[in-house]
Amino acid sequence: MAERINGSEAIIRSLIEEGVETIFGYPGGAIMPVYDALYDHRETLHHILTRHEQGAIHAAQGFARATGKVGVCIATSGPGATNLVTGIADAMIDSTAVVCITGQVSSPLLGTDAFQESDIVGMSMPVTKWNHQITNVEEIPEVMAKAFYIARSGRPGPVLIDVAKDVQFAELDFEYSKCTAIRSYIPYFPIDNKQIEDAAEAINKAKKPFLLIGQGVIISQAEDELRELLEKADIPAAWTLLGNSALPSNHPLNVGMLGMHGNYGPNIKTNECDLLIGLGMRFDDRVTGKLTAYARQAKIMHIEVDPSEIDKIVKADYPVLGDAKSVLKKLIPLIEKNSHKEWIQGFKDAYEIEYEKVIKNDIYRENGKISMGEAVRIASEKTNGNAICVTDVGQQQMIASRYFKFNQTKSMVTSGGLGTMGFGLPAAVGAQMGRPDRTVIAFIGDGGFQMTMQEMGTIAQEKIPVKVVILNNNFLGMVRQWQELFFEKRYSFTELINPDFIKLAEAFGIKARKVTENSELEDAMDEMIKHDGPFLLEVVVEKEDNVFPMVPTGASVSEIILEKPKA
Amino acid sequence: MKKEYNITAYSENHIGLLNRVTIIFTRRKVNIESLTVSASAIKGVSKFTIVVEVTEEQVKKIVQQIEKQVEVLKAYYLSNDEIIYQEVALYKVSTEALIGGDQIEKLVRKHNARILEITKDYTVIEKTGHSEETQDFFNELNEFKVLQFVRSGKVAITRSPIERLSEFLKKRDEMLKVLDK
Repeated sequence: MAERINGSEAIIRSLIEEGVETIFGYPGGAIMPVYDALYDHRETLHHILTRHEQGAIHAAQGFARATGKVGVCIATSGPGATNLVTGIADAMIDSTAVVCITGQVSSPLLGTDAFQESDIVGMSMPVTKWNHQITNVEEIPEVMAKAFYIARSGRPGPVLIDVAKDVQFAELDFEYSKCTAIRSYIPYFPIDNKQIEDAAEAINKAKKPFLLIGQGVIISQAEDELRELLEKADIPAAWTLLGNSALPSNHPLNVGMLGMHGNYGPNIKTNECDLLIGLGMRFDDRVTGKLTAYARQAKIMHIEVDPSEIDKIVKADYPVLGDAKSVLKKLIPLIEKNSHKEWIQGFKDAYEIEYEKVIKNDIYRENGKISMGEAVRIASEKTNGNAICVTDVGQQQMIASRYFKFNQTKSMVTSGGLGTMGFGLPAAVGAQMGRPDRTVIAFIGDGGFQMTMQEMGTIAQEKIPVKVVILNNNFLGMVRQWQELFFEKRYSFTELINPDFIKLAEAFGIKARKVTENSELEDAMDEMIKHDGPFLLEVVVEKEDNVFPMVPTGASVSEIILEKPKA
Repeated sequence: MKKEYNITAYSENHIGLLNRVTIIFTRRKVNIESLTVSASAIKGVSKFTIVVEVTEEQVKKIVQQIEKQVEVLKAYYLSNDEIIYQEVALYKVSTEALIGGDQIEKLVRKHNARILEITKDYTVIEKTGHSEETQDFFNELNEFKVLQFVRSGKVAITRSPIERLSEFLKKRDEMLKVLDK
């Protein structure tokens, strides 16, 4: 039964017990025993050596988001551990299940300012769902099992386990059993039938219902139930940045994206609906705009797994505590078949207006130059909406979210809540490792690319066939857009002098191509997608394009603008 | 409207949890007026009593964030009239002032305080009560110069007959059973 092994071996065995097959990491002094144990298991546990710990955590995040499994990363103590913090914070705010294992100085040295000692447990406390330091080797199986259970259950999040180096050498009798419950932790509260009945009645009564799809739908795998509800009650639905791809883009009830750079209809209709249903989402300020002018006319229904989210931002008239899938399963039988033709037509009319004013010129540029939107449209068309789209943060992120089309869920990987520039490239590595069967296309700006471009080395070493599209405008585009609109075009430190990205890719041994003319775009995309292996496509886009529509900061969602206001 | 609220949280006795709880206040720039952590009536379970001056909406959200912590069993908040509470204060005065007349003795009697220790140089007096009471005593005693003064955090129990936690734990066991399905 129990086998006498050392702590390092126990950590690796725990990962295998949890079904982990891929891990991302970077070795160093305080984690070396674990890496030594890993050496014997390298066939079972595929370890990807990133070029920076931030790359490892973002890759683990990308892996988790594209697969729905727990992403795992490993780093050493001190700087190794602190380099994870940005990614941990990103995973926390975007509810991504990640387990981070960090080495720590030997337990007698704790608190002595030993070489490469950092208080990573203290530092990561505000940005982890749970964290724990292991100084007793016997704890390893139980703590590892808890880590995975906590990371993936309820509202998922990052967990950090800090392992003192002496513990990695010490021996224990190893026996593993998965964690199924923790006394102080209730990830799913029992669903209250009264809340379900009230919610059903409100939906059945509503004349102008509007549903907001959050990532909770994807996390709880409620995509089918969502469709069933929408179709049965005939409710138009829009999605948050992280809820994208939960409902196929071409579904007739999919009315587009919410929020600051979302679609026109969803924003203005928020202030016209009579019932607003938030499903597995958290009313982020980028979604709501000015809160005091947000859906005041509507009754609010909030279906949410995390009790602390209910009433946090928007007071719910119909709170429903529970994960999207469990709630919808109970709710659907109580829903009456309905039709809201005229109401839905309003969204279509709004789309026509937006198409003429914004979208047409965004995705079909007539002046021979290249727009970000056109590059995204072509990539999406060439992959028939079956690719996984990864983005960085900024203009390309908004454009990719708006114009990339999806047939399948878990297909949009982006940094939402934290807005972490540099996320895109390593996240694409993770997404591709998790889904080797799918084409992964990453849209990254010239700014964000240079934040984590060392991961090109990881891509080259592992021959990870990601398609990296740099949308290059030689600017920190989104900041420049704000400077243009709100800071009198004072372009303070947003212009970039960039390296030769093609030569850079070649230096890594990665095939690359640069496109400057609109006429070459289709051919270049074809070449990229058909290429067997990693590919970098640099697309030189118009320098000073803006992302519209836009809900200016402090404005209400119904004050969304479709073009630059006349001065 | 801001008001004094008493937050009670029951948790597993885990290193670092105090830190996890206090950063919830720091992040929202809410000052903790007093904080006490002690054992509860249930073995292995710690009880936090945290006093804050905030609006009811704020305290609600803070309590939810506390309860969200993996190792917290239950958290709730109560206003002062829903609890019986006590604080203890210690005062040091010079023994010379004490023996110089009978006024300190009178104050000790009047405020129901008691003398803990007398040495040649100083005398330590203890008073339990609500903070206004221990403060009143301080103000009067300070005419004879208080050399040191310290006041504890609040310890509180609810007016209900049993510790609420036992009900919570029972409910929790039922919920966990459902989860185990």
